[in-house]
Amino acid sequence: MGFLDRLLGREPSSREVARERLQLVLIYDRAGLSPAILDTLREEIVAVLSRHIEIDRDGIDLSVTQEGRQTKLVANIPLRPRRP
Amino acid sequence: MPGTVITITSGKGGVGKTTVTANLGTALALLGHRVVVVDADIGLRNLDLVLGLENRIVYDLVDVVEGRCRLRQALVRDKHLSELHLLPAAQTRDKTAVSPRQMAEVCDALRPHFDYVLVDSPAGIEQGFQNAIAGADRVIVVTTPEVSAVHDADRIIGLLEAAERGPIQLILNRIKLDMVRRGDMLTVEDVLQILAVDLIGIIPEDEQIIVTTNRGTPIALNGNSPTGRAFRDIARRLRGEEVPLEPLRDKSWLGRLFGFMRSS
Ligand SMILES: Nc1ncnc2c1ncn2[C@@H]1O[C@H](COP(=O)(O)OP(=O)(O)O)[C@@H](O)[C@H]1O
Ligand SMILES: [Mg+2]
Repeated sequence: MGFLDRLLGREPSSREVARERLQLVLIYDRAGLSPAILDTLREEIVAVLSRHIEIDRDGIDLSVTQEGRQTKLVANIPLRPRRP
Repeated sequence: MPGTVITITSGKGGVGKTTVTANLGTALALLGHRVVVVDADIGLRNLDLVLGLENRIVYDLVDVVEGRCRLRQALVRDKHLSELHLLPAAQTRDKTAVSPRQMAEVCDALRPHFDYVLVDSPAGIEQGFQNAIAGADRVIVVTTPEVSAVHDADRIIGLLEAAERGPIQLILNRIKLDMVRRGDMLTVEDVLQILAVDLIGIIPEDEQIIVTTNRGTPIALNGNSPTGRAFRDIARRLRGEEVPLEPLRDKSWLGRLFGFMRSS
């Protein structure tokens, strides 16, 4: 939503809504992913990593992004400082 | 030099594949190229109607594939342009009457005799689509700037990439400038950003397309029509010319101002 629209408290245009909805749905469609699969992935990644290192579970960010037509799974996993 | 096979496809039906095929075929023939347009929409043929050739059909694609006639006997010569030919679809059969392999063979048989072979694909992602792309050297995906059409175009592009068919280029059809101005239609830039493919042309919404289709004389024949010009420009880009895209932007300072305010 544009700056001016927000200032005037206007609804986003149908064009903007269409663009955002399409972008979101295509991210999942292209990779054959769903929010549910992403949740499962997150859990399993946490389980595997936790066996070897201490990770900050609440700080984990697993997301799907697009670069051109290439879909990427991006994981950001903060580690806990080693305890003395 | 053997000709180029270009398949025109879309995913969603009714977005303008047949209109594009007829008009690009016409525009390429106007440039002096030998062109054949192939109707691969078996069972729902209408490329012949759009070209005004429905009364001249004797044999069709399925007759060729099943050996009832020679390829050249099935070709219908256009009534306006002697360089343009139509290979009609069968009306009384379905998509399974031809296999992708047979379709590729037909394309191979046409290549030596024509500069361009344009294949009009049926909608969908099933066998009709697989047939239509089987012989393609390049693919044109047609979409309108609507959510379902763009969504289906993305699926088709994904399938084409998986099948290693390409290069793929996009035609954006039925753009309505007044709706774009009001912020009620996806812009050219939106669609390109979402689909991330190359654009080869933009066709405006134009009721003259319906009028010319009623008459069976493609709008590309009309030298005064901006829409006809849009098709002729795409034909020139297809043969490698650099033709700048006519910007679909409002030229008045007021329109620019509003455009600016909406996009800021
Ligand atoms: N740019 C346009 N402006 C107005 N009408 C159009 C335009 N493009 C296509 N049409 C109309 O839309 C309908 C569907 O077009 P068609 O080419 O048959 O689509 P498809 O082959 O993809 O099913 C036809 O009635 C056609 O005349
Ligand atoms: Mg059609």
